Amino acid sequence: MHFHKYEKIWLSFGIVSLIVFLSVVGVSAFSQNHTPSGGMDTIDPEKVNETAPFDNPGVTQLDEDTYQVAIVALAFGYNAPDLRVPAGKEIIFKVTSTDVVHSFTIDNTKVNMMVVPGRVTTKSYTFDEPGKYLILCNEYCGTGHHMMSAEIEVY
Amino acid sequence: MIAQPERKIALWHLGVAYTAFLIGTLMGVLQVFIRNDALQLPAWLDYYQILTAHGVLLALIYTTFFIFAFFITGMSKSLGSFGPKVRLFSWIGLWVTLLGTVMATVMIVAGEASVLYTFYAPLKANGFYYVGLALVIVGTWISSFALVGHYMVWRRNNKGQLSPLFAFMTVTTIILWIIACLGVVATVLFQYIPWAFGWTDTINVELSRSLFWYFGHPLVYFWLLPAYIAWYTIVPKLLGVKVFSDSLARLAFVLFILFSIPVGFHHQLTEPGISNFWKFLQVVLTFMVIVPSLMTAFSMFATFEISGRQKGGTGLFGWFKKLPWRDVRFTSIFIAMAFFIPGGAGGIINASFQLNEVVHNTLWIVGHFHITVGTPVAMTFMGLTFWLIPYLTGRRFTKRMQRLGFVQIITWSIGMLLMSTAQHVLGLMGAPRRTAYSGYNDHPSAMEWFDGIISNHVTMAIGGTILFLSAMILMYIVIMTMFVSPKAETPEQMVEFPLAESDMSHTPKWLENWWIWIGIAAALIIIAYAIPLTHMIQHAPPGSKGFITW
Amino acid sequence: MDKKQSDHDVNLKGTLVSVFFVGIVIVAMWVAVYLMYLAR
Repeated sequence: MHFHKYEKIWLSFGIVSLIVFLSVVGVSAFSQNHTPSGGMDTIDPEKVNETAPFDNPGVTQLDEDTYQVAIVALAFGYNAPDLRVPAGKEIIFKVTSTDVVHSFTIDNTKVNMMVVPGRVTTKSYTFDEPGKYLILCNEYCGTGHHMMSAEIEVY
Repeated sequence: MIAQPERKIALWHLGVAYTAFLIGTLMGVLQVFIRNDALQLPAWLDYYQILTAHGVLLALIYTTFFIFAFFITGMSKSLGSFGPKVRLFSWIGLWVTLLGTVMATVMIVAGEASVLYTFYAPLKANGFYYVGLALVIVGTWISSFALVGHYMVWRRNNKGQLSPLFAFMTVTTIILWIIACLGVVATVLFQYIPWAFGWTDTINVELSRSLFWYFGHPLVYFWLLPAYIAWYTIVPKLLGVKVFSDSLARLAFVLFILFSIPVGFHHQLTEPGISNFWKFLQVVLTFMVIVPSLMTAFSMFATFEISGRQKGGTGLFGWFKKLPWRDVRFTSIFIAMAFFIPGGAGGIINASFQLNEVVHNTLWIVGHFHITVGTPVAMTFMGLTFWLIPYLTGRRFTKRMQRLGFVQIITWSIGMLLMSTAQHVLGLMGAPRRTAYSGYNDHPSAMEWFDGIISNHVTMAIGGTILFLSAMILMYIVIMTMFVSPKAETPEQMVEFPLAESDMSHTPKWLENWWIWIGIAAALIIIAYAIPLTHMIQHAPPGSKGFITW
Repeated sequence: MDKKQSDHDVNLKGTLVSVFFVGIVIVAMWVAVYLMYLAR
């Protein structure tokens, strides 16, 4: 098998680029905790409203610098009353669904979480800028999918 | 010319493919107008029904039937006429796939299956939608085994020889397809069908998603590899040169068997139930499958340069002007390749672990697959259609049709450029995919998305309209070359199957030892999937009952 | 495996420049989205 000299140069460049990409995202993900949303917690999708923390959805202050926001997604809206969180503090979002698959996506942030029934999706995020952020569902969930939205206020 | 029975089988495939194409593109243009709020659908028709039909008919049905038409013709051309059994099973495969297609389409039209082509549980469609999809897969398997059988006869009769490049690549694609389908067959057969017919009450949602994406990503390589076959084996002939490197072409294809399957988690990077370790492992494997495409890029440019220099092109880029730009069979495929540069680059971004959070399920993804499957693959198929149909019907590809061909590919390019650029930009701004018209109660952020010069509904609608016109021109060419154009009478009028010569004298024999590649592929699949899937089954939450939310 | 063919008999300078153009598109797009990721 014969590789032209230039093909060797090209493939070396390509492979090195790919390794650099992987290293950048890998190091940032695992050493600085920038992993995408996820989590291994499970929940009974029919008992969501009786299971903590979703029995009391909304914002809870965990300690000085950490807040937890529990949200129940359902066709076609979010059960998440009074979403107001401070800027500059770590916000831990926990989302689950009582029916089909949804997403919990906050516009212009890294919060873009798939919400799967039977599972709890977790994402930690710190808002820099105060303001009112649009929350929307970007996974098809039925006729009202494009109406499924909410708002979170950062103060 | 290949034998009459194979021509008939291939033409039937093309007939089904372009019927699906016609309906599918019509559904596409309806969508851009609904999103533009310029069109109100009648009560019995829903945006998501149209979206489901668009996805299923174009991404699954048009591609699959076209691919088998191309394979059947090419296998008969490069390995000789089919035996009676191969013909019989090719017909059975066609009819089973068609039956499944009709069944699934009827369910979509009836409003029983507005679940999109990804049919994520626990959205519950009518059971016959899943049966239809299963039959589509089974039908393609029958057609696949017919072609593999034909190949095995050739191998028996030509012991110790490497098969022609076209046949090698076809077999590679089929192996990839059969391994990939195992995932979707498992979930449809053992999860969706029993659940949809009420034999089981609940479904393990995360498992069904993972099995779907085990299939879903190699599916895109099932679309892409036939286009690559054309790039490697047809394009050099159009340029008057040999295949740049037979052994590297085969090596690239073998790498696709190895690395295109254990990568499905990169579609599930933002969801729960899969730990970061397994997600990242599959991200790494996804990056491996980029390498054969980098090799392909080099081979293509090298083919162009060698050909252009033979025709007298000098200097660094003199060869570029010497390419046969007036040959629509070439220009179409060249444009297809050009679109794949940003298309492939976008794919690398999508798979880059947390970067996926920026683009996941936004319109960027829609833009992405319109400049991967929607143009590089589809326009390569268009470029093949121009000669494949007249080759099979024995009709002429007249000057007028050639000119129309240019109009068609240029309009497609312009339409796609407008629409996909708008979609990419909108997606980066945060606009979601798979939505009917919505301003999110006129939320300022949502208003802002559609305010840009490129990022607005109008650009997308103009693009979509141009694309639809282009599709109709293609339909005209298809119908003309299939039924109307004058028969070729002189040898010059005959349309050829442009299959390039490939110098196999330096190609190592072990490249065609399939069991090595299937074995390594199986090992990689087990490494990437065994533990996370087992975990999903053993630590499953209570399952979900079905929901019909449309 | 193949020593007969020499690199000097085919001039592929244009190819080298062309593939590096592809490479630059890939790197530029990736870096752009990475910067967007960091900004969010």
